[in-house]
Amino acid sequence: MVMDSYAEYALEVAIQLKEKHPGTEVTALCVGDKPADEVLRRALALTADQAVRVWDAGWADLDAPAVAHVLAAAIRKLGGADLVLVGRQGSDVERGLVGPMLAEELGAACTTLVARVEVQGDRLRLRREADGGFAVVESRLPAVLSITNDETNVPRLPKVKDLMMATRKPIQVLGPADLDLDPARLAPGVELRDLYIPTQEGACEIIEGDDGPSRAAALAQRLRELKVL
Amino acid sequence: MREILVYAASQGGELTKPALEALGTGRRLAGEAGVPLSAVVLGADTDGPARAAIACGAGKVYAARNPILANFQPDLYLRGLEAAAAASGADVLLFPGDGPGRELAGRLAHRLGAGAVTEVVGYRLDGGVPLWVRPVYGGKAMAVYAPARERVVVALRPKTQDPAVPDPSRQGEVVPLAFEVSEAEAVTRVVEKIQEALSGVRLEDARVVVAGGRGLGGPEPFKDLEELARILGGAVGASRAACDAGWVPPTLQVGQTGAIVAPDLYIAIGISGASQHLAGISGAKTVIAINKDPEAPIFKRANLGIVADYKTVLPALTAELKKLVGA
Ligand SMILES: Cc1cc2nc3c(=O)[nH]c(=O)nc-3n(C[C@H](O)[C@H](O)[C@H](O)COP(=O)(O)OP(=O)(O)OC[C@H]3O[C@@H](n4cnc5c(N)ncnc54)[C@H](O)[C@@H]3O)c2cc1C
Repeated sequence: MVMDSYAEYALEVAIQLKEKHPGTEVTALCVGDKPADEVLRRALALTADQAVRVWDAGWADLDAPAVAHVLAAAIRKLGGADLVLVGRQGSDVERGLVGPMLAEELGAACTTLVARVEVQGDRLRLRREADGGFAVVESRLPAVLSITNDETNVPRLPKVKDLMMATRKPIQVLGPADLDLDPARLAPGVELRDLYIPTQEGACEIIEGDDGPSRAAALAQRLRELKVL
Repeated sequence: MREILVYAASQGGELTKPALEALGTGRRLAGEAGVPLSAVVLGADTDGPARAAIACGAGKVYAARNPILANFQPDLYLRGLEAAAAASGADVLLFPGDGPGRELAGRLAHRLGAGAVTEVVGYRLDGGVPLWVRPVYGGKAMAVYAPARERVVVALRPKTQDPAVPDPSRQGEVVPLAFEVSEAEAVTRVVEKIQEALSGVRLEDARVVVAGGRGLGGPEPFKDLEELARILGGAVGASRAACDAGWVPPTLQVGQTGAIVAPDLYIAIGISGASQHLAGISGAKTVIAINKDPEAPIFKRANLGIVADYKTVLPALTAELKKLVGA
């Protein structure tokens, strides 16, 4: 199992904040079964201070509101957090809902699509994606941020010695018995009815030619014929 | 289904494009299922957007009007949306699926205890109940969701829905919403806006997009792409790999998690065509791919392709297209 692509960016932001503000503790938290330990090991190898996995056998199909509810309960159990970072969306079902819903659960400030994070005392200065550019947003803490990719948060690779160390660090496992959960919040909000592979449309016409310029000329000719330009 | 409520987002007194798309889908669905369509508008002055929503087919418009709603602020806007949801009793809430819309949809769903689906590209009616179709696994599959709670909040993927066609002769009722909201509830604040555009044309609106990927090998070739885009009156886009490498700003990223574009012509150069990238160009009319790997998945989506090192093609192609458009 591998870490979700955008979660990697979020973790990179967390590690950078920790490097910049000594004393900051980074906890890697996920909802998942045993194989997810591999993901948490990687987070530990990337110097997260502790790793926590929450799981129950009945949770295989939790949807976004339920995941947010479980995460919030776990965060409370762990004593709360000033800053919660999540990927802007998951790679598989990519709902993009967990961040905003988690903020609601925790009563924390919410900013989505955040590319850069600066901590200034008890406030955050954020750069978020906005229509055709960026907006600089000031937020109070505690806050939940959904992180997007930026050239400043491209995930690093773990060092070999940290990879070794990570195998010896413990992973804390929490279950429903440890958490204050509301069963109504775990019930699904929507139900998967059908899953299908969309059909690929038409074949590509490959433009042939002896060299680059002849292909370019042939392509321009086709565009003229097809009245594309 | 009892009633559909659309969040008719506006900017500068005009409905946004994604809002027009949400109204278009709302109107179609309301017509097919025989249920009323309403809308909610928010702002310091809601007259213009309310009229526009009625012209787009909303029978009733809930107006959350308050000076502190002059600019988008999610904490404050949510209060107006909550009030509209309570007043209307709608069980289907349609949201424009742009960044702000998605955040509001998720948070409102949580407050209402409603189900939520984002990135929706279509629906199917099943005995009067709409099922929501959305791509999953980076666009490799489509999933169909049925509501499992009394209400559902649905965010529509931009540029996948036919926008509503306004008809000013349509009549409707404007219902002012009485609700409490105070500035103190805003826990985030926009302090600055930065526009970042390489060329004059906005990527999202461009009729031609010239996009580059990791195959370009560095930032310099993007200058040649800019030149081609300029000649064609288009904009430059990029794959996530090119943005992550820092060759171009992330605002140029096209794809599932970048800009969604629907140009007449999309030219993909040195882009492999990962499903997440293709998710951003599903509305493109003609796609040209230039890639040295004949097996690259981009050729499955492209209409016209050249299998070659882009360096051997681009200068000649730029010259040819310059002739073609008479620039
Ligand atoms: C959750 C998630 C969301 C994502 N969202 C996005 C998104 O929004 N947008 C996006 O783009 N990606 C997104 N990605 C990443 C995506 O999966 C791919 O990794 C990315 O699109 C690859 O970019 P690329 O095609 O430039 O690079 P590569 O896949 O490395 O492809 C480079 C291509 O260039 C070709 N090439 C190399 N040299 C030359 C040459 N000299 N001439 C011609 N061709 C050459 C190669 O044959 C290859 O096909 C996302 C991934 C995840 C997991």
